[in-house]
Parts: sequence; C-alpha cells; structure tokens
Amino acid sequence: MSKRTVELELATPGVDAEGRATRVPLTEAAEPGLAEEHMLVNIGPQHPATHGVLRLVVELDGETVVRCIPHLGYLHSGFEKLGEYRHYNQIIPLTDRTDYLSPMANNVGFALAAEKLMGIEITPRCTVLRVIACEMSRIISHMVWLGTTSIDLGAFTPFLWAFQERERIYDLQEMWTGARLTTSLTRVGGLMADIPDNFVDKLRDFIRTFPKTLGEIDRVLTRNAVWAGRTQGVGALTAAEAINHSLSGPMLRASGVAYDVRKDKPYLGYETYDFDVVVGEHGDVFDRYLVRLEECHQSNRILQQALDRLPEGPINVDDPRVILPSKTRAMSDMEAMIFHFKQVMEGVKAPVGEAYVGIENPKGELGTYLVSDGTAKPVRWRIRPPSFINLSALPRMAQGHLLSDLIAINASVDIVMGEVDR
Amino acid sequence: MKHVATTKAVSGQSPNYLVAKFQDLVNWAVNSSRANSLWPMPFGTACCAIEFMATAASRFDFARFGMERQAFSPRQADVLICAGRLPFKLAPVIRRIYDQMPQPKWVISMGACASTGGVFDNYAMVQGIDTIVPVDVYVPGCPPRPEGLLYGILLLHKKIKGESLFDAVKRRDEQPLDDKGLRLAPETIDEISEPFGNSVHQFRSS
Amino acid sequence: MTSLPPVPGAVRTEVARDGETIVFVQRERLLEAMTWLKETPGQEFDYLVDVTAVEFRDRERPLEVVYFLRSLKRRADIRIKVELNAADELAVDSVFHLWQGADWLEREVFDMFGITFRGHPDLRRILMWETYAEGYPLRKSFPLRGRFSRAEQVRQALNTNPEANYSLEELSIAEAAGDLPDDMRDRLRRGERGVIPDPPNP
Repeated sequence: MSKRTVELELATPGVDAEGRATRVPLTEAAEPGLAEEHMLVNIGPQHPATHGVLRLVVELDGETVVRCIPHLGYLHSGFEKLGEYRHYNQIIPLTDRTDYLSPMANNVGFALAAEKLMGIEITPRCTVLRVIACEMSRIISHMVWLGTTSIDLGAFTPFLWAFQERERIYDLQEMWTGARLTTSLTRVGGLMADIPDNFVDKLRDFIRTFPKTLGEIDRVLTRNAVWAGRTQGVGALTAAEAINHSLSGPMLRASGVAYDVRKDKPYLGYETYDFDVVVGEHGDVFDRYLVRLEECHQSNRILQQALDRLPEGPINVDDPRVILPSKTRAMSDMEAMIFHFKQVMEGVKAPVGEAYVGIENPKGELGTYLVSDGTAKPVRWRIRPPSFINLSALPRMAQGHLLSDLIAINASVDIVMGEVDR
Repeated sequence: MKHVATTKAVSGQSPNYLVAKFQDLVNWAVNSSRANSLWPMPFGTACCAIEFMATAASRFDFARFGMERQAFSPRQADVLICAGRLPFKLAPVIRRIYDQMPQPKWVISMGACASTGGVFDNYAMVQGIDTIVPVDVYVPGCPPRPEGLLYGILLLHKKIKGESLFDAVKRRDEQPLDDKGLRLAPETIDEISEPFGNSVHQFRSS
Repeated sequence: MTSLPPVPGAVRTEVARDGETIVFVQRERLLEAMTWLKETPGQEFDYLVDVTAVEFRDRERPLEVVYFLRSLKRRADIRIKVELNAADELAVDSVFHLWQGADWLEREVFDMFGITFRGHPDLRRILMWETYAEGYPLRKSFPLRGRFSRAEQVRQALNTNPEANYSLEELSIAEAAGDLPDDMRDRLRRGERGVIPDPPNP
C-alpha cells in the first residue's frame, strides 16, 4: 500500500515566496491512480448491523478490507464515576444497564465482588438461585446474539424464534423480580426476593421445550450452504493470538483455548455441577456460532441440575448490618429500626481493601474490581468489560476479508455497547 | 372523531349527497394515512433498544400499528424513536439524523434516559434529547414495557390525527439549531437539566 | 502465604481481600518486571486480564496503575501495581508490545485519568471524543456532573465534528506516527487540527 501524502493542517507551517502561509506536506508520495486508490467507508454509529452504537471506519481496496478502525464511546455513560457516588446496593440497578442483554448475570457478578470485599458468605439457597439466574442470562444473551447475527447474515426467521424463547425467560424474570429487563436481582448478602411458587414449574417447562427450538435453529442454519459459506474460514484467530489479545468467553474458546471461568476459577459452586466446556477448533465465525449454540444446551443442563438441588432455607444472610430487616420487625423492634435506618441512610460500609471477582458472563469474563476506603461508597468500581476487550481484536480479524465478512465478524464478537462503553 | 360528513336528503329521492368541509376531508385523509403508516427510524442505543426489538418481534408486534418497515435510513423514515440513553458524544449524530429526515417527521423519546437523562445525571449524558431535537411523545419507563411503547405510538397517532394542514402556524417548520449551535436558550437547557428528587442529594462522593 | 515471586523492581507486596498477591513495582522498572513475568519459565503470565487505575479520596495517597495478570498454563493470577504521585508527571511505560490486549485498555486509562503510556502506538481518547476539553473524568478532582454548565456541554458536544476522524488523513497520520516530532504527536493526541498561523510580518 502506498503511503499517501500526509497533508496536515498541523504540519510544520511554512511560508512561501510571497510570505503567505502554506502547508508543508510531511511525506511525499506519488498520487495513486484510481486502481490503487483506497476507499474510506464509514459504518455507524447508527447502523442496524453494528449491534449498537459502534462506528467502524473501514479502508477498502475494492471490496477487501485493508484496515478497520473502530470508534467507541458513543454510549459512554459514566458508570464507573457514578459508582463512586452510590452505596453498594444502589450500584446494583446500575449493573443491569451495562450488559442489558444478560442483566441478572451482571447483578450476580457485582454482588459476588461486594461480598468478597466484605467477607460475607451467602446462603446455600441463594447460591443455587444465583446459578439459575446466571444460566438464564446466558440463554437470553445467546438468543439475542443468534437472532441478530442471523438477521445480519440474511436469515430473518431465527430472530423471531429466538426472541420468542427470550419472551419466555422474560416472563420468568418478571415473575421473580417484577421487571423484564432491568432486574436488579441481587443485594449484597442475598437477593431482592425469593422465587414465587410457580417459578420452578414454569422453568421446568422451559427446560423441557427449549432444546426443540435450538434444534430447529440448528436445522435451519448449521448445514445451510449460505450460512456455512459466509461464516467458515472468516475472521479466524489462532489460540496464541486470542490469548495475546486478552479475549475471553466463546471468542477464546472457539479458538481452541479451553478456559472457562466456571471451571477454572469456580464461583457459586460451579465445580459441583456436571457440564461440558465447549471448545472450538478454527476460531472462525462458524466455530463461535457452534460454541454459543452448544453453550445454550449446556446451560439447559445446568438449569436442570440446579432445580433438582434447590435447597430450602433463607435467601439472605442472617446479618442485620447488611440485610434490611423486614418491615414488620423494623416497625416493632427498636434495634431492627436502627439497623434499617443505618443501612438506608448511611449504606453498608465495606472494610478497607480491594477485591476482584470474575464471572463467566455470556460475553466473556466479566470482572468487577472494587476498592474501598472503609466508607459505604466504593473508591473505585472497575468493570472488566469482556465485550470491550473482545472488540479490540476486530481490526486484526477483519484484515484481508471482504466487507460483507466484516459484518459477520462484527456480529460474531457478540458485543453489547453498554458494556463496551460503560 | 370530528363530524366530517353530513348527508342531505332530497324529498322523493334517496340521500345521495355527502357534504363535508374540504379542510376536514383533506386533514382526515392525509393525517390518517400518515398516522397509520408511520415508518420508524429506530435510533436504538441501549436497553430500551432491546425492548424496542421485543416490541417488533412476534409477541407484541408493532407492525399491527403500521410500523411494518423499520427505516434504517433517515431519508425514508417518518418517526425517529430514540430508544436508549444519549451520551454527549452521540449528540451530534442524533441531530444530524434528525436533520436528514424529510418532513413530516416526529420524534418519540423512549425511556427515562432519552426523556430526561434517567439515572445518569453525570458528565457524560445528555439530560433529555429535547435539548437537542424537538420531541412529540415521551414514553417513560426504564425500560418501558412493550405495551408502554405501543401506548406511546398510539398517542402519537392521536396527535397526528389532531393536526391540520391548514394551520396558520406552520407546524411542519424545520427547527434548525441557532447560530451558537443550540436548539434552546442556554438558560432553558440548564433549567430542564437540573437535578431533581434523589439526584439532588447523591452527588457527594463519600 | 506463598512466597513472593522475585519480580524485578518489586518494592513491597500485599494480599488483597480476595486472596490475590499484589506486588508494587517501581515505575522505572515496570517494563523489565512485566517482561520478566511474561517470559520467565515458571512465571509465564501470558494473559493480561485488565489494566486500570485507582485514585483515592485521600489526596495524599498516590495514584495506582493496576495490572491484572494471569498464567493460563499454571492457572495462577497476580496483581501488579505502580504508584504515581499526582504531583509528578503521570506516565508509565506501555505493555502493548507484550500483550496486545493492553491496546484499548491503556487508551481508556489515558482517557479517564490522564496517565500517558510511553511507547503506546496510538494513544488517543477512546470513550470521550478526542477534543473533549473538560478534563479526565475519573479523577477525584473532576466533579460528577462535569466542569461546564449543561448548556455549555450540549453546545460543545453539538459542535464537535463527527466526521473529523473520517478521512485518509487519520490513517496516514497513524502510519506516519513514528516519524512525527514529539510535540506534533502530542498536539495530534489532544485532537488539535491546528490553524495555520498568520504569516510573520514582512
């Protein structure tokens, strides 16, 4: 590729023979002819196929992508700054809105970090319910991914099927927390509420019928010539590259690296569940599709086991300094009222120190790093964003591919801009 | 529903006249067509965009209300639905998209963040898209349920059907930015962006 | 407690509340320490989990740049911190050439805290727009709602040119970055597309 003339207004200002200011070009090259000239195309930030407000500036040589520069920040909402001005329980609703495709998993991730920081052990029932929440979130996130990716590649029907399954999980989420999307499920030390009576039956119903939909989608897509042609061999990353780019989640596993936070740094008792880690081989878009599809089956398996072992008992830890006492007790017992007052007005104070907990979000490793100085508001709340880091490999993956492949590759990264930009 | 037509009976013959005011007939025809076939430009940014997609999917399906074709190009859209929060970096983008839409155009601000900034009362977030583009319908919620969005769309239908092409005040004026690059006076923007409720007390770091 | 790995340039260690070892490293020897951690057999921290920075409310405490490293082979983690005094120049060496994942992570730390990473190939703001003039948002001296009034923030936002980085100029600049003089690179990084000054009086 020839070096173009870099004409910068910023270039060393010079003065020509008549004393007029002039630009001095920095480097000179012959003006390229039409055949060699590259075209610059701007995709986004408002575009259906960017999965959010992502802007890609693509340098094209004909149809081939020579270079792709992503521009982010179009959804930057100042979450981490806002977290420094909120109590730990007040941050839970904010976590819903970072990765809004799998809100309950974010809630769980933050609560685990806060509990690690404060040294709180949650109850067995809460542990199993949080596993159920995480796996439900994995399913809905992968369903969005499946639906939007197939639309990008031209198949509209799986979108409707996938979203219909999501609606069933949304019904469950609404039964449990009252909200379809912004669930705010967890609290430090427990959950906002226990599951209602018909929740287990309805979830068992879902588990029974969900593999059928996955089978339908599989039948429509996997051996489809168009689908395979557009995804196989596209955007491949070797294992070494994936590790060097700090990828995580299905992106990393599709490249052949068998790293799953649930198996390697287990939390919430995942080491006691029987499930497989899905690892791909080629690291291309097709492998990522297969990995995510199979992960849905594995999530179904985990949900079945979790429901079978759901113990009775309280969902909240029995510590009145951390958990709000019930209203009846707060209204009748002086000590309970004081605890209630202190928690609402001052918040729960965390000890001095820091903690990092990473969970296996559907997108990758979602880490929450909390630093505390002894007050009720964190000094630093850092979200380790899997989508942000996965997206940084996009320029590397897109090089040399066609423009239409770029859409497929972008879809396969499974980004959610709320988490990328925070 | 306004009384559009009257019939007039002529003695000895069947009533075969329809009399109506020309203005009412034209308004009814044009505004119904516009309202019943609003093609949305989904400016979806965050969580509300997911509820927007759910409203488009099989269960709630706003194609029943005329929004059959989502126009991703603003040049072919009628209503800009801003679904989600709008950071300052995205502000020039939405303004440009709004300017690119041809008249008649309407704006639905979906969700709390698009209407007022929502939970995000901080340095990065526009405190309501009405500081940047004129808004016709605000749909509250975080996110609004699909039924909520549908209600907002129906309200917009009602608003459109209540418009008139013959208004003395031209309702379809372009509202460009002024020479300072603002849509409203700076004092107005500051006033409508002021924190209220709990936000007033939650700006201390510890 | 497991023995402290002999990280070059280590000043002290701590243990976090989640059990992880934290090693504080001198700023000047950071690159040496990171290279040692990545390449020494027995350490082999081949995976960079995260790079971030922390500023404390107590202004006496220095800023910390925190690196989360992981060895996938040995399933081991370590946290490396570099302390920077707010009064000094906020700069550390970039680890981009060791782990490419540091690319955007370091850009974000620069955007939010103003800490420059020497040796990073393309250190520009990533989350805010490049000519963002209010400052570095995650610093404690930066107020929650920003420094300017809301109307001023709207005005500045609407007047940024969204097409500014949409030209072959940008690509050529990135390519020529190595050849540019330092001050020009600084001005570029701040997003200046300068104005030709008036010619000197004859």
